[in-house]
Amino acid sequence: MIRTIVFFGIGIFFGITLFKSEAASWFRIYEMFQFQSFHMYGIIGSALLFGMLFTFLLKRSNAKSLLDGKPLVIPDKDKSWKRYLYGGTLFGIGWALTGACPGPLFVLLGAGFIPVLVVIAAALIGTYAYGALRSKLPH
Amino acid sequence: MIAFLSQEWPWYISGPLIAIVLLMLLWTGKTFGMSSNLRTLCSALGAGRQHSFFDFDWKNQRWNLLVILGATVGGFLAAQYLTDGAPMSLNPKTIAQLQAFGIEDAGTAFLPDALFGMEHWTDPKILGMLVFGGFFVGFGTRYAGGCTSGHAITGLSNLQRGSLIAVIGFFIGGLFVNHFILPFLL
Repeated sequence: MIRTIVFFGIGIFFGITLFKSEAASWFRIYEMFQFQSFHMYGIIGSALLFGMLFTFLLKRSNAKSLLDGKPLVIPDKDKSWKRYLYGGTLFGIGWALTGACPGPLFVLLGAGFIPVLVVIAAALIGTYAYGALRSKLPH
Repeated sequence: MIAFLSQEWPWYISGPLIAIVLLMLLWTGKTFGMSSNLRTLCSALGAGRQHSFFDFDWKNQRWNLLVILGATVGGFLAAQYLTDGAPMSLNPKTIAQLQAFGIEDAGTAFLPDALFGMEHWTDPKILGMLVFGGFFVGFGTRYAGGCTSGHAITGLSNLQRGSLIAVIGFFIGGLFVNHFILPFLL
């Protein structure tokens, strides 16, 4: 029960932040790729700066999970580069077209933009297609 | 208080708040990655019967579905109760550019009505754009193993080389579409 409230609450906080920062707006993503505003770079950059600090402190302090006392997992990514470059580029195409990454898609749905359901459904099909083709793709 | 929160949140508030989301998720023993939910949803819908990539106990990912459900409710709350109707502080150049493409509501709306309006999304060209774009959001994030939250925030915060390559990829694809494809689509 407490876990449900905690994660649901984190999600609400995240959703409000994505909406009010306008990071979920197609216009802001368009403006970002035109390099016409610092706004999105400021959001990602300052999130990254504080994220580095928090990640560093959590790792160094050997902190345990606040929920169950187990060691924290901060997984390393693979050492390869192909999957990141190819996958990242394909995601970039989708990001510029729809103006939304996976988090904002759900924020926009909640905000009442019903046609976003089409994008979510297509994203599920895309995810499924990756799962089906995975063994044939260079990683 | 409500009026204060209803203004546009500046980047130097929003960015650190997103980092706090990362901190809360790491400190509860989880990770910050929204695109994983798409895989979990595929698994919950039964895709594990066809492809091993989806054959895992998706209920272990229930926490992340709760995050995305919360984000949906957060979007509802922000749009309903924390909106003051003031125009978005987009660059006037961006607004002029988009208006030249026929997107009249640049700066005043949250999303362009020409793409996401109830009367427009069924237009074959727009529908194609949403479906094609959505497909690559799903395919690309899973191929790359993360999206903006998983790579640009979490992965880079953890100094992962793969995440840096992924973010470079985000911009290769995004800049290409934004500068060379959107002018023909809009």
